[in-house]
Amino acid sequence: MAGGVDVTTFELTAMAIKLGIVLLILLHVAPIMVWAERRICSWMQNRTGPNRVGPFGLLQPLADAAKFIFKEEYVPAHVRKGFYELAPAVSIIPAFLTFAVIPFGPSIDIGGNLVHLQLADLNVGFVYILAISSLSVYGTIMASWASNSKYAMFGGLRATAQMISYELALGLSLVSMIMVYGSVSLQEITQAQGEVFAFFPSLPKWGVFLQPVAFLIFFISIFAETNRLPFDLPEGEAEIIGFHVEYGGMKWSSFFLAEYLHMTTAAGFLTAMFLGGWQMFPGMYTAIVALGLEGDALYWTMVGLRVLSFAIKVMVILVFFIVVRFTLPRFRYDQLMHLGWKVLVPIALVNIVVTAYMISFGWL
Amino acid sequence: MLIKRETGFLQRFYLLEVMKGLFITTKNWLFSKNITIQYPEQRRKYSPLFRGQHYIKTTNGVENCTACMLCPTVCPADCIHIEAGERADKEKFPVRFEIDILRCCFCGYCEEACPKDAIKLSGIYEMADYERRVYDKNFLLIQRGSK
Ligand code: SF4
Ligand code: SF4
Repeated sequence: MAGGVDVTTFELTAMAIKLGIVLLILLHVAPIMVWAERRICSWMQNRTGPNRVGPFGLLQPLADAAKFIFKEEYVPAHVRKGFYELAPAVSIIPAFLTFAVIPFGPSIDIGGNLVHLQLADLNVGFVYILAISSLSVYGTIMASWASNSKYAMFGGLRATAQMISYELALGLSLVSMIMVYGSVSLQEITQAQGEVFAFFPSLPKWGVFLQPVAFLIFFISIFAETNRLPFDLPEGEAEIIGFHVEYGGMKWSSFFLAEYLHMTTAAGFLTAMFLGGWQMFPGMYTAIVALGLEGDALYWTMVGLRVLSFAIKVMVILVFFIVVRFTLPRFRYDQLMHLGWKVLVPIALVNIVVTAYMISFGWL
Repeated sequence: MLIKRETGFLQRFYLLEVMKGLFITTKNWLFSKNITIQYPEQRRKYSPLFRGQHYIKTTNGVENCTACMLCPTVCPADCIHIEAGERADKEKFPVRFEIDILRCCFCGYCEEACPKDAIKLSGIYEMADYERRVYDKNFLLIQRGSK
């Protein structure tokens, strides 16, 4: 923003406030997710889960964090010191960076100034997310390599292989989305999803209805992207413990913070791409019109509801992540490669061709 | 044993199967009852035959035990130590009666062997301690009853 561009005080303040709120929410997502994960998993297994610390056990993550902080900072003697210390930071920074381009609300009008509810409306749009989130695998590889241990090394190798086989399918599924919307800016894509189908006006033109195949491929790929089960091969608690086997205390938990941040970003990305982003759920607009709001009240209710819709969609996706984690078993290494290269990539390619034909015939 | 199951055409796509699995877990999550017992507040009801912490039954404040040495003889863990003595009324009684509870395997043979219904196993199972306790006579004479 700096340099030759004119930046008013208002824009700077708005930016600072947005940044503060987004950072605050992102930092709180991880502990809440840890709590939700443990509770939901135990409910699914007919257990209760952590329910002692605070109401409903909500303060359990705080207790965990305190435990992690007071743990001994043990560095094994055989590790490569510098890289070992650096790796958690390298994996956590991209996780924070990626959320920047995800629009979590419409542009709002505060006293004649337009404020985009999005940290940065880059002209490269979601390509930025793809670029940065691929960087996070460096943290994994660095951790595994610097650990100087066989099992960590396996974890790192798996992470690399997984990354290569999934990024491709992920990217290809997004290509068809670019073709449909003619834009890579998430804000524009979200706006385009506000329209409705001509033949069935109560169905909004969300990406998932326009491109169900791309949605499926994208959805499967982000499980691999975020190292969640069924694709958590780099971790593989049961067999190799994973790339962070030599880590402990706060360093170890920062890998997990990174994983949860990735999940949040992936859920936000998915929402913006395929689930209509901050567009309200069908029926919400009718409801507030029925309430008889007008002018400013209507405007701000709509803004609030839009941000709320975004939050609800992201939360549903996050809960879905958890449910899937405790439903499916882990894929084997070769099965994962098979699924990536022999199933998802061809389907994505066919999808692109079909989409191209449909666009040229004017059906989309 | 390796059981080979046929993979049907639809199952090869996995998606339907995944949906089924998700349905089952979600059903469990939302509708099934937790079976956890919230331990310190809720307790499991054990059978009255439960074999827990020992005590020696007393009648009118005097222990029933006559130091007949049947229980140290039968004890498979060899953890009961009795020193017999004589009371003023010429009655034999244990001067020392110790149970090394860390070696006890809670088989309950001592209770079964006892002709005087003296040594008993109560229903108490919270016996964790900060030290390696040997239960002495004073401790065993506390009447615990069956919980
Ligand atoms: S319960 Fe069994 S092991 Fe324990 S003191 Fe009695 S006879 Fe010995
Ligand atoms: S068997 Fe009964 S009476 Fe005999 S020594 Fe043991 S406790 Fe006493």
